[in-house]
Amino acid sequence: MHIAVCIKQVPDSAQIRVHPVTNTIMRQGVPAIVNPFDLFALEEALRIKDATGATVTVLTMGPPPAEEALRKCLSFGADHAILITDKVFSGADTLATSFVLASALRTLNERQPLDLIFTGKQTIDGDTAQVGPGIAIRLGYQLLTYVSKIRELDPAARRLVVERRAEGGVQVLQSALPAVITMLEGGNEMRFADMPGMFRAARQEVEIWNRDGAGITDLTQVGLKGSPTAVAQVFGPKPKAVKAQRIEGATPAEMAEAFVDKLFADFPQLEGELLAHLDQLAGQDSGLAAPQGESA
Amino acid sequence: MEKFDVIVVGAGPAGNGAAYTLAKAGLSVLQLERGESPGTKNVQGAILYADALEKIIPDFRETCPLERHIIEQRMWLMDEDQTCTGMSYRDARFSQEPYNRYTIIRARFDRWFSDQVKKAGALVVCETTVTELLRNGSGKVIGVRTEREKGDIYADCVILADGANALVGSRAGLRPEITADDMALAVKEVLFLPKETVDARFNISGTQGVVIEIAGNVTHGMLGTGFLYTNKDSLAIGIGCMLSDMKKQSLTPYQLLEGLKRHPTIKPLIEGAEMKEYSAHLIPEGGYKALPQLYGDGWMIVGDAAGFVNAVHREGSNLAMTSGRMAAETLIALKAAGKPYSAANLAAYKRTLDDSFVMADLKKYQDVPTLLTEQPHMLGMYPRFLGDAARELLTVDGVSKRAKQQKIMADLKGKRSLLGLLGDAYRFWRAFR
Ligand SMILES: Cc1cc2nc3c(=O)[nH]c(=O)nc-3n(C[C@H](O)[C@H](O)[C@H](O)COP(=O)(O)OP(=O)(O)OC[C@H]3O[C@@H](n4cnc5c(N)ncnc54)[C@H](O)[C@@H]3O)c2cc1C
Repeated sequence: MHIAVCIKQVPDSAQIRVHPVTNTIMRQGVPAIVNPFDLFALEEALRIKDATGATVTVLTMGPPPAEEALRKCLSFGADHAILITDKVFSGADTLATSFVLASALRTLNERQPLDLIFTGKQTIDGDTAQVGPGIAIRLGYQLLTYVSKIRELDPAARRLVVERRAEGGVQVLQSALPAVITMLEGGNEMRFADMPGMFRAARQEVEIWNRDGAGITDLTQVGLKGSPTAVAQVFGPKPKAVKAQRIEGATPAEMAEAFVDKLFADFPQLEGELLAHLDQLAGQDSGLAAPQGESA
Repeated sequence: MEKFDVIVVGAGPAGNGAAYTLAKAGLSVLQLERGESPGTKNVQGAILYADALEKIIPDFRETCPLERHIIEQRMWLMDEDQTCTGMSYRDARFSQEPYNRYTIIRARFDRWFSDQVKKAGALVVCETTVTELLRNGSGKVIGVRTEREKGDIYADCVILADGANALVGSRAGLRPEITADDMALAVKEVLFLPKETVDARFNISGTQGVVIEIAGNVTHGMLGTGFLYTNKDSLAIGIGCMLSDMKKQSLTPYQLLEGLKRHPTIKPLIEGAEMKEYSAHLIPEGGYKALPQLYGDGWMIVGDAAGFVNAVHREGSNLAMTSGRMAAETLIALKAAGKPYSAANLAAYKRTLDDSFVMADLKKYQDVPTLLTEQPHMLGMYPRFLGDAARELLTVDGVSKRAKQQKIMADLKGKRSLLGLLGDAYRFWRAFR
């Protein structure tokens, strides 16, 4: 079995510090990490490797420093690492990124056929969740998004069963291989690399692929040129200058009453609208909706 | 089992100086660093003294990320919130290449230095903390234990370059634990300003830079100093005090720094700057008298871990790099001679240090820490007096100059007896001669 895991190096938003006196955000010196969601994907791949002896290849499209993130993956136990880097790739949105990754994965597939491709659910710096699906569509693989758990994997029958979080519940899905899986957080926990892993990561060669290495000829589809989306503006929500109010009362019932009184006092039209709505409901259900106490 | 000629613990200037020199000479070197990458945890003003680095990497100027070369040094005595009495030295020769001192940004510098170490052939492993030393039956250090699984690694010699806390050596009983009396706590901020603004405010251009060292009552009577350095498009400002003093006072280091930034002499210089970074770090300032045993069977201590800091001149990184290099050269020579890394053989490291500026400078100022701890008025009273005297002389108000001088002397005598003044002068001369 051959599994590819696509990762991204991102700034560690948890380590963006706030100055203790002035409360301003300190942007400098924020370390780069492997996108946390990707680590769930990698750990899932490594568990399959532990169980089946699969080969795990990690890859990322990014600037040269992203090599560090790949080495980190090697320290956890990935077998190979490929950095896909080229000046023409910069400024890529998710469409262009999935184009480059899909091309590289096609090349990788020729070297050793791929059975599974993992990505994280999304990145913490973009939050789009579009790259995994983009890869699946481009490669024509099965797509399984928001997967929380792999229940069964049968490489011989080329089949797997996963749990997928969906609105209102969990779906259990069976799929054929090859497939692209985008992993949810929390289903596993990344291992702590042991010392031999650290040595391997420090010593092993990270392969560097430029556009030729990744098998890319159509430069209109990559980088800024291949990116139809542009971020027009980024802004934080304005904090509202409204103070919290305290509602007092001896019992919960009293407090609730005081709260409702206050609400109606502050929003006078609310009382009328609510009553009108209740009347309407009562009319529709012809008595059935009446509170139990009254009907008794 | 992994086995190396040498394991270097820590990737600051001391560890990098050692690892680079060793790897260049062909020894097998493993360097372990607990930070995510070299430099993420390290703090410095930061002034780089070219000489120390040049002796390790002669052509460092070609690739090293340097900010500005220093052409002017200002020494300011300041009170808490009003006055500043200063002296400055600018020298056109400081602008002739090769430059002697530079401002640097440690995070970038350490990363660059570490890249050179890797290129020289050392194996560098980050995010790995050394927890203890491994020893054989006769007590010789034979390797380190890390916090990772299967984490024991062996070497013929371990160089401890783990910085001010020196935990590894203390834990192994190789050196006493560091006390608050020998330790300063410094805080520092990097403030962004456009290059043109820095140039205009400090009367410099190109890559010229200015260094301001600050003493006096800005530390609110505690033993310590402040600084303001010019980077390319930022300023580094910081203040540090002895940890024992800080413990006694209720002021936090951040409050001290905020006070310094509000001082009317500093404020216009940093006006409108955007803070990019703040950090806090310990500085071992015990000086010569606080130096521990520096070597033993299979181990050596270098840099801040050994307490190699010249607090009077705010030199640390150069002593760190130099001691790292000397430790490495000791090992290289022994290996070439086919001699083991026994305590008796490693004593050569101490002898080299003794013959160098490292020990000479530390010895020279060995009485300064005690002087300033025992005579705290040296820091508080004199700066204030100087300020008062200057104000008196410079205020033109119809009072004769002679009368003003008499008033100044009377003020001084009111603060301290004539004998006290003489005693201070003598102590000062003794400590700095
Ligand atoms: C605010 C401030 C301003 C300063 N200004 C100047 C200046 O202008 N010029 C100057 O020359 N000096 C200055 N110094 C002093 C200078 O920073 C130090 O002397 C110098 O950094 C010492 O280098 P080092 O390599 O010994 O220690 P460090 O730079 O502290 O490096 C130690 C390294 O060891 C690592 N480490 C620690 N424990 C372990 C462990 N158990 N396992 C693995 N790794 C470990 C740390 O993460 C760190 O990377 C200043 C210091 C401060 C705090």
